[in-house]
Amino acid sequence: MSERETMEYDVVVVGAGPAGLSFAIRLKQLQPDTTVCVIEKASTIGAQILSGAVIEPGPLDALLPGWRDNPPPICVPATEDEFWLLSKTGGRKLPVPPGMHNHGNFIVSLGAMCAWLAPQAEALGVDVFPGFAAADTIFNDDGSVAGVRIGDMGVAKDGTHKAGYTQGIDIKAKVTVLAEGARGSLTKQLVKRFGLDKDSDPQSYSIGIKELWQVPAGRVTPGKIVHSFGWPADNHTYGGSFLYHLDKDRIALGYVSGLDYSDPNYQPWEAFQQWKNHPHVKDLLEGGTILSAGARAIVTGGWQSLPKVDMPGALLIGDSAGLLNVPKVKGTHQAIRSGMLAAEHLATSGLAPAGFDAKLRDSEAMAELKKVRNIKPAFKKGLWFGLFNAAWETVTGGRSPWTLKNKADWSSLHKLGQCEEPKRDYVQPRELQPRDRLAAVYFAATEHDEDQPIHLHVADTSVCVDKCATEYGNPCTRFCPANVYEIVQDEAGKRLQINAANCVHCKTCDIKDPYQIINWVTPEGGSGPNYQNL
Amino acid sequence: MKILVGYKRVVDYNVRIQVKSDGTGVVTDGVKLSANPFDDIALEEALRLREKGIAEEVVVVGIGPADLTAHLRNGLAMGANRAIHVTTTDAVQPLTAARAFLKLVEKEQPGLVLLGKQAIDDDANQTGQMLAALWDRPQATFASKVEIADGKATVTREVDAGLETIEVELPAVVTSDLRLNEPRFIKLPDIMKAKSKPIDVVELASLGVDSGDHLKTTHYAAPAKRSKGVMVKDAAELVAALKQKGLL
Repeated sequence: MSERETMEYDVVVVGAGPAGLSFAIRLKQLQPDTTVCVIEKASTIGAQILSGAVIEPGPLDALLPGWRDNPPPICVPATEDEFWLLSKTGGRKLPVPPGMHNHGNFIVSLGAMCAWLAPQAEALGVDVFPGFAAADTIFNDDGSVAGVRIGDMGVAKDGTHKAGYTQGIDIKAKVTVLAEGARGSLTKQLVKRFGLDKDSDPQSYSIGIKELWQVPAGRVTPGKIVHSFGWPADNHTYGGSFLYHLDKDRIALGYVSGLDYSDPNYQPWEAFQQWKNHPHVKDLLEGGTILSAGARAIVTGGWQSLPKVDMPGALLIGDSAGLLNVPKVKGTHQAIRSGMLAAEHLATSGLAPAGFDAKLRDSEAMAELKKVRNIKPAFKKGLWFGLFNAAWETVTGGRSPWTLKNKADWSSLHKLGQCEEPKRDYVQPRELQPRDRLAAVYFAATEHDEDQPIHLHVADTSVCVDKCATEYGNPCTRFCPANVYEIVQDEAGKRLQINAANCVHCKTCDIKDPYQIINWVTPEGGSGPNYQNL
Repeated sequence: MKILVGYKRVVDYNVRIQVKSDGTGVVTDGVKLSANPFDDIALEEALRLREKGIAEEVVVVGIGPADLTAHLRNGLAMGANRAIHVTTTDAVQPLTAARAFLKLVEKEQPGLVLLGKQAIDDDANQTGQMLAALWDRPQATFASKVEIADGKATVTREVDAGLETIEVELPAVVTSDLRLNEPRFIKLPDIMKAKSKPIDVVELASLGVDSGDHLKTTHYAAPAKRSKGVMVKDAAELVAALKQKGLL
């Protein structure tokens, strides 16, 4: 084999989301001569970005002061907020919690916003490379991170090289910036290798499932923001919805389920579809059509789960670090903030990552997280306790002398028969499209060449049929929003079938699998969902 | 020999096409655009001919608005030597494209023009044939194999009855079918190299070609939705249901 090709940059960024692009823009603003490239696994920028998304514009104002004169393609000023506690057929409108007032904020498509940010980075001289997956990290002799290795293209399912086989190159850099989003596959390796989480709680996550709808004219109130909790979630499952009125008769809606749920039979995708059948939502959607759909894990561990964010040769920013603010239901402003802070740090430190952790912990981004650190974990004790505690923490501004702990999400799953099956008051049959998860995958436009190695590594599939089937009833077949995992029966008996081509890269399986034997790795560059305006 | 390759930008094949609510076209705002897959195949074939020493230069040609440059850079990153960008903000119909290509052919004097058999947006399948007629040179369409020797191209064509092999004198127009080859992956260092490759920009009007209005599109509509099916218990019920509908 010929020697692997190499490209050299001062800084390589993994992931062209709001954190990675803001970082690259800021660094080039400060030090135009520093060479920066951004690697993105999606075939086009924004195609694998999914968020609500209502954004706080402050950090964007700081990054690009003139942005309001040239706004991203979907950008609707927030006009009114509503907050509901739902029952199956009705609900109660509650006062909007202080953190959820959105006056001055904007409803955007984060995917479209990233596609709008990327050319601005390129104009400053950043090389942005969509369609290339950073498959691995490479290291210097002294153990520091030396850059990333791009995944090979043209490898067959059995590992042999197809006719068009192209070896991935190495990108060597003085600093590698991980901006992969929640549960990044390289971040996961590096956290382990450098023990970055040894002084923090385990990270915790939720799964957000989203659809974009085109509805009949006259139903949409552009700028209206509605959040709800309650039905269809039971009291012990953290679940809530968002529904944002965009312009042009479009509505962005979604449902977030905490991945710390305990019932092995819980299906986040089904909970989302159930919520859509609530009269408040159904009346808006009926007669409309889905434009796009997808799912993504959300990082929710907050202040106490933030790992050390610098290591020799590399940094973590945005949701790779874990900076989302749960009660605000927002992470984009934190992503931009941390990206800018990392750029400012590198610009003053002569590209030395050390010291960024301290700087971030001292920043506004962490101060914001500290105030709300006890809100999400308290919901583990039930909805009413969670709400009461949220009110307390909000009134006191997070000055409680205690900090509630986070547990790893996979560890919260109860075994079959060991927990009382929650009463689910679901609507049967559902009427709105999509009928099932496979129909929904169609709206994610996900695409993987079927003849490539499966990118969901299951360390020992015998566990699935021998152990998991009886202990947990194969929850992977339920938590995956894209129906990737199936237990099939053939002549050889029962076995796990992985429909990797359906994968929407949400990372839920990697997080929630109770045996922690599923490892999500990058497929061939350019594979995966092709979201439009999510 | 020089090879001219048509390189059209279309809505990506993974995108779920949405018709604009007023029926005047399909939604292209915020939609992923990429090379027409048949054009990628045509370009790949040209590059292979160059690698075999049969051609010296591969030139990709695109017709469209100013932002087409990024798309042409992809063709250069794949390996084309240079690009020609014919600029227009109007929609380009097949006859207009063929006339523009003719002007470029007269200037560039290529030994071969390789085009996709059709573009996956309008599925017209006309530009190659029209260019051959205007140029008054042979055409070999739907090619699944191309061999070039002694000033002739031996082309295997995918036709309804199977495969047909014809021989055409060069210069000629060849249009690619799906099985001609599998386009290569673009490598990162080649994206960087492509940044310094030349792109000539010419206005469509300056070639003496008007964007024309040969075809009038009356309206666009999504295919009618399939009506809801009926579940039947067994074959007898199926037969009864079909009879009732007068289908049996």
